[in-house]
Amino acid sequence: MTVHFKQDEPDNSNRLDRMKQGVLGKPLPRIEGLAKVTGTAPYAAEYPIENCTEGVLVTATITRGEVTSIDHESVLTMPGVIAVVDNEKLCTRAAQGTANEAPMQGPKQVCYWGQPIALVVAETFEQARDAAKHLKVDYREEEGAPIDPGAVEPEEQEDETVHQGDLAHAMADAAHSVDVTYTTRGHASAAMEPHAAIAQWDGDKLTVYAALQMLNYNITELADALDMEEENIRLISRFVGGGFGSKLGISEEVVAAALAAKQIGRPVRVVQSRQQVFQTVMRRSETTQRLRLAADENGKLTGFGHEALVSNLPGEDFAEPVLQSSHFLYDGENRELMLKVARIHRMTAGSVRAPGEAVGMPALEGAMDVLAEKAGLDPVELRLRNIPEKDPEEDLPFSSHKLAECLKQGAEAFGWDKGPRKPRQRREGEWWIGTGMASAARVHNIAEAKARVTLKADGTALVETDMTDIGTGTYTILAQIVGEMLGLDPERVLVELGDTRHPRGPGSGGSWGAASIGSAVYVACKAIREELAAKTGTSEEELELREGEAGTGEALTDLLEGEDLAREGHYEPGDIEDDYTASGFGAFFAEVRVNHYTGETRVDRMLGAFGFGRVLNAKTARSQCIGGITWSIGVALTEALEFDPRDGHLVNCDLAEYHVPVHRDVPDLEVVLVEERDGAASPIQAKGIGELGMCGGAAAIANAIYNACGARIYDYPMTPDRVLEAMPE
Amino acid sequence: MADTITVNGTAHPVPEDPRVSLLDFLRHHIGLTGTKKGCDHGQCGACTVIVNGIRINSCLTLAAMHDGDSVTTIEGIGTPDDPSALQRAFLEHDGFQCGYCTPGQICSATAMLEELAADWPSDASESLEGRIAISGEEIRERMSGNLCRCGAYANIVAAIEEVAAGGRS
Ligand code: FES
Ligand code: FES
Repeated sequence: MTVHFKQDEPDNSNRLDRMKQGVLGKPLPRIEGLAKVTGTAPYAAEYPIENCTEGVLVTATITRGEVTSIDHESVLTMPGVIAVVDNEKLCTRAAQGTANEAPMQGPKQVCYWGQPIALVVAETFEQARDAAKHLKVDYREEEGAPIDPGAVEPEEQEDETVHQGDLAHAMADAAHSVDVTYTTRGHASAAMEPHAAIAQWDGDKLTVYAALQMLNYNITELADALDMEEENIRLISRFVGGGFGSKLGISEEVVAAALAAKQIGRPVRVVQSRQQVFQTVMRRSETTQRLRLAADENGKLTGFGHEALVSNLPGEDFAEPVLQSSHFLYDGENRELMLKVARIHRMTAGSVRAPGEAVGMPALEGAMDVLAEKAGLDPVELRLRNIPEKDPEEDLPFSSHKLAECLKQGAEAFGWDKGPRKPRQRREGEWWIGTGMASAARVHNIAEAKARVTLKADGTALVETDMTDIGTGTYTILAQIVGEMLGLDPERVLVELGDTRHPRGPGSGGSWGAASIGSAVYVACKAIREELAAKTGTSEEELELREGEAGTGEALTDLLEGEDLAREGHYEPGDIEDDYTASGFGAFFAEVRVNHYTGETRVDRMLGAFGFGRVLNAKTARSQCIGGITWSIGVALTEALEFDPRDGHLVNCDLAEYHVPVHRDVPDLEVVLVEERDGAASPIQAKGIGELGMCGGAAAIANAIYNACGARIYDYPMTPDRVLEAMPE
Repeated sequence: MADTITVNGTAHPVPEDPRVSLLDFLRHHIGLTGTKKGCDHGQCGACTVIVNGIRINSCLTLAAMHDGDSVTTIEGIGTPDDPSALQRAFLEHDGFQCGYCTPGQICSATAMLEELAADWPSDASESLEGRIAISGEEIRERMSGNLCRCGAYANIVAAIEEVAAGGRS
């Protein structure tokens, strides 16, 4: 039986706080953790499938043009080689998040260097890899493909444009103003598990074990790519080795494995090499951002301008949503916002953790630091003075707003010095030491979700949904929600995820997973509670459940009388989505050391304070935050994709050349969870936390670099060469 | 007698194809998929295993080179029924998120603690001689070959510090 709940109104009943089990929010270890630490959790490529063959993708070595011939014979005589697959249905790009349709297909047409054009299948991985290298391919290259985002006329993303009042006038009249241009470089998700799929056919039924974030969308994408009915496809992603956006949509190996398995009549496994993952999946676009801030003598913003240029391939809808939080974060009645996208032939640009804010916030928060200095204000105070009452562009209230609390509690916990700030006040040997801060903001997303909860006759419970856990903690928080609602120790709740045979969840992405699927589970549990209440002759509101017993003393197992009790919860966000501006907020504080002679920056200490609704598990929530802060360090100091200016190919396509933070780059991190209940965010009053931790953190580091050594830098990442160049004598 | 590699106490024949890396041998030939492939180029540490007591990147070495060697993988370090102290500490401190880098982190840390106990110096050490004081910085330096894109570093270091402290007390 399905119970549908569409949320048109905020739910401020705090129901979950009045349940009796007392497990929600607790810092419980992950319920699937033991499987992970013992290496027994199976990821996509690791299912033991009998008679499985190995496929290796072949990628294009031209920027734009046509594949004129692929000489199958050039490899078919090599040992173990079974087939070359160059079917027209092969995908040449990964699907964008929530695309819900096949990504670009047709491998004959090449649009970027490194684009998949064929798959070689052999008995073993070594044979397939060797053959893929030897496959003879001829091309007709179309010269002159644009690859420099600055060299083409960009397209305006009109739905992002805001002209409100007269910013130029406000700038001219301002007591203090800032007009600066920041750049950020491209980023890679670089999830540790490379994209992988094993495809197996049984007649016209297809099963694919894959590394995917959003099965509900992915099954539609795959069905569309293969021209199949969804009911003939099963996708399984029980464990996913990180996603960060790169596994939102199906990518090339999923479709290639399915087509190859069909062609040869045997299961096929395709694992992309690390270099291929870098080059064929998604990059975060580089950005150029102009920030204009106008303030009166008290530091109150009167004007706010943020214009950004990003890039993508022709035919892609996605444009890095740089301005997302700029629309509502600060006051300023005169506003100019504009996003433009340059069409170029570098690999596909798409979602990488916190698309938009991950790069928009570091630029905005850097500019705010410049303004604070000009206005002679403490940077925390400047932000406190500019928190809007309501959305400054749309006439909407905020669902909840914890920026002020985060700024204050964060400053307090960090030991922030409110005194006058001047660079170069502290030096130890070769090192300049300084501090910096920044606000955090990340829009709240929520989506329709379904999950089945079964209270078993034996007093345990089962949760089933195709929702994924990509490291975010879904398994554990769902067990906690059920435990809380049904009065069970979470150890008695079995959670089955990542299988499209189960009711469809929203998938993991845009930080919407926990709030959306958690609400579906909540709806299902509430329906089960209603049944139980009827059995005990009380109301659902009054029913108390704890440790497998009702408050009236009956054991759940007795109430169930040998029968399982199952309900499917169907949650749908209604008017709450349109009636409020909803966002997670926070504040970052950092202390850094900058070497006077080498320009090297080390982060010595970093703290984030975050308000994102109800905390479902304090341990996994904190982990999401420290993960985000760690990414902030990468954005600030090391991460940058490098493209060859001649053919646009991604040069630093591996983990030796693309520098993600490593152990020694990351100090002890402190996280302050600013608890709140946001009833307009979801019925469980939770928002997302997977991305907020990196939305602005890089600016806290940049601002600390300036405070330490006086180098004001407008280009991320702030590598030693850039620091040295900007360092005053 | 045929060439063999001993993995977690069991002898397996060395594969015929000389191109097979030790990592692919573990994952594809003997079904021990606990050891992960993150890059296949010695850049991430996900494939870390312990060979004759020393931690190595199993993607950077060929199986054929390990005739007679003894390999310990994550499956040999502990099991769900009997996890090692480090595995328990990772669980308690949430020293992972997606879990993909985790077997490599744990194998690496297991051998790294031995290196610390044997006073092998590192870049973070005060001196090349004498006792090495265990510190967060020593652990971070020695674990820097094990990437974690989920960014669980702070928790991983806390987990290792706890076990390291227990070991010396
Ligand atoms: S897989 Fe061996 S170091 Fe990355
Ligand atoms: S736990 Fe995901 S990479 Fe470390």
